[in-house]
Amino acid sequence: MRGLDRRQFLQLTGVGGAVFMSGLGGAARAADSLPGSSYEDFFFVQLSDCHWGFEGAPNPDAKGTLPKAVASVNALEQVPDFVIFTGDLTHTTDDPTERRKRMSEFRDIVAELKVKPVRFIAGEHDASLDSGTAFKEFFGATNYVFDHKGVHFIVLDNVSDPGARLGDEQLAWLADDLKKQARDARIVVFAHRPLFDLYPQWDWATRDGAKAVDLLMPYADVTVFYGHIHQEHHHMTGHIAHHSAKSLIFPLPAPGSQPKRTPLPWNPAQPYRGLGFREIEAESKAADYALTELPVQKA
Amino acid sequence: MSIDSSLIDGSRRKLVNALGILALGSLATMAPAQSEDRVIDIVARRFEFVPDELHVHRGETVILRFTAPDVPMGFHLADFGLRTDIMPGMTTTLRLTPDKVGSFIFLCDIFCGTGHEEMNGTLIVS
Repeated sequence: MRGLDRRQFLQLTGVGGAVFMSGLGGAARAADSLPGSSYEDFFFVQLSDCHWGFEGAPNPDAKGTLPKAVASVNALEQVPDFVIFTGDLTHTTDDPTERRKRMSEFRDIVAELKVKPVRFIAGEHDASLDSGTAFKEFFGATNYVFDHKGVHFIVLDNVSDPGARLGDEQLAWLADDLKKQARDARIVVFAHRPLFDLYPQWDWATRDGAKAVDLLMPYADVTVFYGHIHQEHHHMTGHIAHHSAKSLIFPLPAPGSQPKRTPLPWNPAQPYRGLGFREIEAESKAADYALTELPVQKA
Repeated sequence: MSIDSSLIDGSRRKLVNALGILALGSLATMAPAQSEDRVIDIVARRFEFVPDELHVHRGETVILRFTAPDVPMGFHLADFGLRTDIMPGMTTTLRLTPDKVGSFIFLCDIFCGTGHEEMNGTLIVS
């Protein structure tokens, strides 16, 4: 934005919720050490855990929530550079035909997004019962990289293995990709499950996620965005920040806050409470990210 | 808590290792069961553990003996660092000697179908 940066704009206009500043190792780096000419300010939108096909009391508007979120993204005052869905696009089904039907319907709904490109990663509900076969038919590879305005993005797949492993092959692929990056490269990782042991009692972990974190650790500026736990959560492993996103179907309780991992009940007085999506702004001058949480619909 | 040992039926051991499906708690080792240890049989089926409530005394050593009639399952008792895969056609055994009292959730950590996320149970140590 000219004159007023996007974060200031959001704060002044009261759009969305709190702006979370991601304190990164890179942020501590001297500003003049940044190869600034290769970095540009931009922002993107993260949506997660839509669970298309879910039916149940935790969300009586299960068929309406995703279209409302799509409309809200389309109504943003500024157009993001891209949109990414971080897994569980669909709710699981044992029926491969129904799985593809849900993916087809999901794809049609998000095709209404004005912004392009729209990127996807798989969640365990999408991919764990068929090793990602149907997901790949509709949305392409489950792990890949791309570069955008000086940031190197890495998409990891920790769900196609039903045991929640990245696997040695993918870890080798990650290591090879990282070898091509400068130690001060700006790196953003997307995954569905947390790469650290957030709360293994509820299966909120990746069994070999620590190996990926170890590979990333030598790089000064790494941030991870993920889904899976249906709530905002922020955690540091060393200098690496991990941020989970809200869901677009139902919120889950804070880790360990109740005996079992059951959805929080729908509140008719506050529909869509706990649901939403986020904007992530990458700023060249600060080498950090501003996270802005947004509701499904504007009040 | 100490995890003294773990074992998988001897006749299946080589096959299990060959398949690379052995995934036990970090302190678990292969060892024969002690005959005096109490055995708790647990069936891991879609989408429940039977029984789903286990009662053990602190300091008591028990053998958890698993079978899975349907599809591959997992058993993960995170508070004791104990987990294993449970493969159809095999019997998988874990030894547990809890050293703390309380209620501890265990769950299936291999995504097994539509009811996977409700497939859990409770270990009650008194």
